[in-house]
Amino acid sequence: MIAIIDYGASNLRSISKAIAKIGYRCKVTSSPREVLEADIVILPGVGAAGEAMHRLQEWDLREPIQQIASENRPLLSVCLGLQLLFASTEEGGEGCLDILPGVVRKLPSGLKIPHMGWNQVKQKISHPLFWGIEDNAYFYFVHSYYVEPQDKSLIAGETDYGLSFSSVIIKGNLVATQFHPEKSGQWGLKMLQNFLEFITQRRNSS
Amino acid sequence: MLTKRIIPCLDVTSGRVVKGISFVRLRDAGDPVELAALYDKEGADELVFLDITASSDERQIMVKVVERVSTEIFIPFTVGGGLRGIADLRCVLEAGADKVAINTAAVLDPALISEAAEKFGSQCIVIAIDAKRLEGEKSSSQEDSLALDQNSKWEVYTYGGRKPTGIDALKWSKRVVELGAGEIMLTSMDTDGQQTGYDLGLTRTISEAVSVPVIASGGAGTLAHLYEAIAVGKADAVLAASIFHYGIYSIHQAKVYLMERGIPMRL
Repeated sequence: MIAIIDYGASNLRSISKAIAKIGYRCKVTSSPREVLEADIVILPGVGAAGEAMHRLQEWDLREPIQQIASENRPLLSVCLGLQLLFASTEEGGEGCLDILPGVVRKLPSGLKIPHMGWNQVKQKISHPLFWGIEDNAYFYFVHSYYVEPQDKSLIAGETDYGLSFSSVIIKGNLVATQFHPEKSGQWGLKMLQNFLEFITQRRNSS
Repeated sequence: MLTKRIIPCLDVTSGRVVKGISFVRLRDAGDPVELAALYDKEGADELVFLDITASSDERQIMVKVVERVSTEIFIPFTVGGGLRGIADLRCVLEAGADKVAINTAAVLDPALISEAAEKFGSQCIVIAIDAKRLEGEKSSSQEDSLALDQNSKWEVYTYGGRKPTGIDALKWSKRVVELGAGEIMLTSMDTDGQQTGYDLGLTRTISEAVSVPVIASGGAGTLAHLYEAIAVGKADAVLAASIFHYGIYSIHQAKVYLMERGIPMRL
């Protein structure tokens, strides 16, 4: 089962529609048990970090996500979901998930913030996530903060906006994107499909 | 590089698109989902659906449209028109819209902007501003800091352009950003529907004054108008209806034209 974590933000469901479109079944849930029992977990993200962490904490979802990550089980984190993987953010969110060491900073001033619209992802590594997707393909971004992982080898994709920032992070079965694959047209759907196929095929062969 | 966006706008009433009669390639040119799919295929960067009737009993029809669009179209789309309060916004966002555009309700109650931004995130709160160039006397019944004054050039209108508010459009645009708007959709009432080009002075003034992206709207008749809005007006995105609906230009043609002139575009 694919579980999409619902932590109360309203437009989290677009990712479930994208997953249905590529032929997988998924469930939007806020049950810690269902999240822990899922084969694949998706942490979508829109809204403010503080509010999101507050909800994850309140609904007992913080520990299940941490457990899934520590066991290297398949986890896809999108946008704010990526930022929440770190310990804290400059947005004012303390006590985030603390799964990846590094920092979350505000985008530099001088450019329009949020960084909103279609921008390119430069592929830094070869990975099944990128199969069939052109290097420097466009994806849809909307965010005001960006992540700086301590371990640079986790950076699978980078994007330029005033500076070069990490737009795709991969660590084992953890995949996280700053952009919204569910809103990035054909390349976005392809990436979701790659993620699910990569994970399910590895699962079948193991 | 971040590209500039081209955003076709679809006017919807009773669940049907009211423009777009010349789409010979479509089986049903009035179906919002089919038209949206065509625009997506042509390379539209986002879509805007404006519910132009938006009476409360028709809201549910629009919600159904939004649900259908969101299961078929995987680029961002905004829904606007007659959204009155948090409950309306929630309804449309839960149906699958990525953003909501608010105009009159925000002017009547600016606190709605901050409340909505807190609840749903700034990224999905688009403030639509209808602005009209001032001529002659600049008087205002407004007593607060948003009131028109001697330096005011554009006035904010509400209720689909029917009601002048006495509010200065430049001051209002800065205020809505302070309150948490993630984007401004700026329509010039002077140029809207004229197909003589966007109001470049208005667009540039607002775009340079605020930190968030500005979508220029109202007046596109040629591809050169799109170029001017971005190059001169400093718009981050251009909204257009007629030139795309009537098949004068395809989105792809527009993008090639702009790209040849040095505007970053996603092809």
